[in-house]
Amino acid sequence: MPMSTHEIHSEHIDSDTGKLGMWIFLFTELFLFGGLFLVYAVFRAKYSEDFHSAARELNAFIGTMNTVFLLLSSMTVAMSITAVQKNQKKLAMFLVAVTLILAGLFMMNKYFEWSHKFEFKLYPGSEVLKNLPQGELLFFGLYYMMTGLHAVHVLIGMVLLSLNLVKIGKGKVNQEHYLLLENSGLYWHLVDLIWIFLFPLLYLIT
Amino acid sequence: MKNEGTHISSYFSHAVVLVVLLILTTISVTVTAWHLGPFTVAVALIIASIKVRTVITYFMHVKYESRFIKMMITGVFVVYALVIIITFIDYYLR
Repeated sequence: MPMSTHEIHSEHIDSDTGKLGMWIFLFTELFLFGGLFLVYAVFRAKYSEDFHSAARELNAFIGTMNTVFLLLSSMTVAMSITAVQKNQKKLAMFLVAVTLILAGLFMMNKYFEWSHKFEFKLYPGSEVLKNLPQGELLFFGLYYMMTGLHAVHVLIGMVLLSLNLVKIGKGKVNQEHYLLLENSGLYWHLVDLIWIFLFPLLYLIT
Repeated sequence: MKNEGTHISSYFSHAVVLVVLLILTTISVTVTAWHLGPFTVAVALIIASIKVRTVITYFMHVKYESRFIKMMITGVFVVYALVIIITFIDYYLR
């Protein structure tokens, strides 16, 4: 009997430290994007006119749609943790799958958005972009860097969520052990948090 | 129980948080379309900050985490705010 109480105790501690480690990792991510936001802020102050005109090129409707997809997916992933805690395996798998579909829709939108810009030869290093005013060039540089880095995070999040889907199915992520799902959820929410700032700064403030 | 047991957020509370976030997004999109000049950026950033706080508190479950994690998160945001302030002081006084 003392053995089992000890195990439960250490399990609890493991879960806490596991989450703490994830948070520390998320802080480094925050500063990775934070640095880019800082560059954006300073150049926006310096070339506000150019940033205004360049931001008009972006499609606010696609941006809004992607915001809704990410907010919805944030809810479904949070709900999947509730489902696992309540031992509702099928529902948890369904919710993680919905999150994955929403992430896929986000990436699909991103694909159409980028390829539309590529058609107009607005891609890093293109002649058209090089001949734009300095501020617009900087805006598009930051746009591709920030949304690109964000998209990489979405892809990593999708890999993590797929892993969770398999593990929930196999019963390895269950009512007692769900740290992986919690931490993947935290990662997924970070992806959402970054987009919450990217969206108004790139798409709305024209 | 309070310290040991894990708090399970209800499906309903998650749905409410989503509705709040969607309303904030709608406000953000509507307000920035009005072109209020310099206020547009301020309004957009304030709404974004409220949304981020909501996501961290409820979706990321920080409301029910230990005081230690809460303090760390607050600390990191304070450090980042200082970085922004110091950079802009440097930028404007050059």
